[in-house]
Amino acid sequence: MTDALFTYVLRLADDAAILGQRLGEWCGHAPTLEEDIGLANVALDHVGQARALYSYAAEVEGKGRDEDQLCFLRVERAFRNCLLVEQPNGDFAQTIARQLFFSAFMLPFWEKLTGSSDATLSAIAAKAEKEAAYHLRHASEWTIRLGDGTAESHRRMQEAIDLLWPYTGELFEADDTVSELVAAGIAVDPQGLRAGWLATLSRVLEEATLTLPAQGWMQTGGRDGRHSESFGHLLSEMQYMQRAYPGHTW
Amino acid sequence: MYTQALNARETETSAPEDAERLAAFQARIDAEEKIEPNDWMPAAYRKTLVRQISQHAHSEIVGMLPEGNWITRAPTLKRKAALLAKVQDEGGHGLYLYSAAETLGVSREELTEQLLSGRAKYSSIFNYPTLTWADIGAIGWLVDGAAIMNQIPLCRCSFGPYARAMIRVCKEESFHQRQGYELLLEMCRSSEEQKAMVQDALDRWWWPSLMMFGPSDTHSTHSAQSMAWKIKRFTNDELRQKFVDATVPQAHFLGLTIPDDKLAFDAESGHWTFGEIDWDEFSRVIAGDGPCNRERLSARQKAHEAGAWVREAALAHAEKRAARRAAAQVAAE
Repeated sequence: MTDALFTYVLRLADDAAILGQRLGEWCGHAPTLEEDIGLANVALDHVGQARALYSYAAEVEGKGRDEDQLCFLRVERAFRNCLLVEQPNGDFAQTIARQLFFSAFMLPFWEKLTGSSDATLSAIAAKAEKEAAYHLRHASEWTIRLGDGTAESHRRMQEAIDLLWPYTGELFEADDTVSELVAAGIAVDPQGLRAGWLATLSRVLEEATLTLPAQGWMQTGGRDGRHSESFGHLLSEMQYMQRAYPGHTW
Repeated sequence: MYTQALNARETETSAPEDAERLAAFQARIDAEEKIEPNDWMPAAYRKTLVRQISQHAHSEIVGMLPEGNWITRAPTLKRKAALLAKVQDEGGHGLYLYSAAETLGVSREELTEQLLSGRAKYSSIFNYPTLTWADIGAIGWLVDGAAIMNQIPLCRCSFGPYARAMIRVCKEESFHQRQGYELLLEMCRSSEEQKAMVQDALDRWWWPSLMMFGPSDTHSTHSAQSMAWKIKRFTNDELRQKFVDATVPQAHFLGLTIPDDKLAFDAESGHWTFGEIDWDEFSRVIAGDGPCNRERLSARQKAHEAGAWVREAALAHAEKRAARRAAAQVAAE
């Protein structure tokens, strides 16, 4: 059970840390000043979630590691985040599509996780739920603006939705780790969130005059540490200081 | 930050102002009354403020770039969160300040265009590169420290919206300054290697930070009008001296050496005396030839151009919504 819990929390922590890292890349380069502030804010929420989750994972593991060792001193194949969050920012539409898919899943996920029999996870979920509600609102509003904006923004937003769609299947994967913890009342069964997730997306995409892609083939591998080619570059940048100055405190 | 704009005199001659109104205006200033956007004000007062506030705003926006350069490489999650929050604050300051400038009748689009075309200036300090993680601490400690020295008096500036914006900005800058110093303290205590990195950062940022206060008083007679209008309350050299006096003991506490062999404590005056600033470098960087001037401007231009389709879409969508609302209203009637 301890191994499963460690893996489960680590996956959530990696999702938050990697998405926070990607969003942080926007800082100073966003389309408007308001978005520079907004995207930094969303990044900050994810980094905050990552800190709480890594700390808890380290505690569960009980090997004396801390949040930073888990984030900065593991190699590509040890990361357990889903492939969606590591996808490059692309244009603003791709960043928004990534956030829409992820937040539309995470909001009901955190809501459910507040009922976890694990008190720490329940407390983390209660805070994250409020943040995810804002992230979903932000991503939904931009999806609608871009979808129902100009011909160019409509085309870009639809392309972004289509491009990232195959990475959404992984959100609903439930392996033995998840099943074991669901049975123990600790984890959330992601399959139970699918209908709600689709309903949220359908509502937003309809208002945005965009088309929900057909189910189709889905990418997989992130939960087992098989990532995209771009992921190693993300890590080499993120982990640079800890690798260059091992054992130093900052 | 960044009152370098107050060192330039208004060159355009505008129509002569009514002497009676001018006298009444000056009397209000002398009585420490706040001037508000709808009050009458001399054209030159308005222009000086637009230039000062917009350059201040531009500095906040361009200042996001050297610090943003380290967000993806921050050494710990705690430091990453703090840096993200700080850079987000700088963006917020930019937003306030553009809004304060708008109360004077100039739009954010116009001001942005002035920045992107290279006609508007921003603080010279941001044309220096952030080469190591210690530079992030040095910017907080020295650059935000210098900014606070400049901005505390601006909280009493005669123009109400600017003064009020400065009160909030100063609170946040003061937090950034302490955060930067704490970051450096941690590094200096951790290892000799890290302390050397901090010393190197101080060596590179010290003189550019002193330049933030503008030309020396003997070469800057232009700020007299700003002083009379109570936009500016202290001279460049007065503020620079305050900064040096506050900062030297902080450097010594970190065990660092200020890169100035003329630095000495004058027991009689109670002040630190220091060497001459390289004014050629100052003028060169202000004029556009600093290490990062072209890079900074090009980054802003690129973000603006790449984001044009997003801004156009937001506008088009807002118009569609308004049209639909109007049509629905007509249908209902």
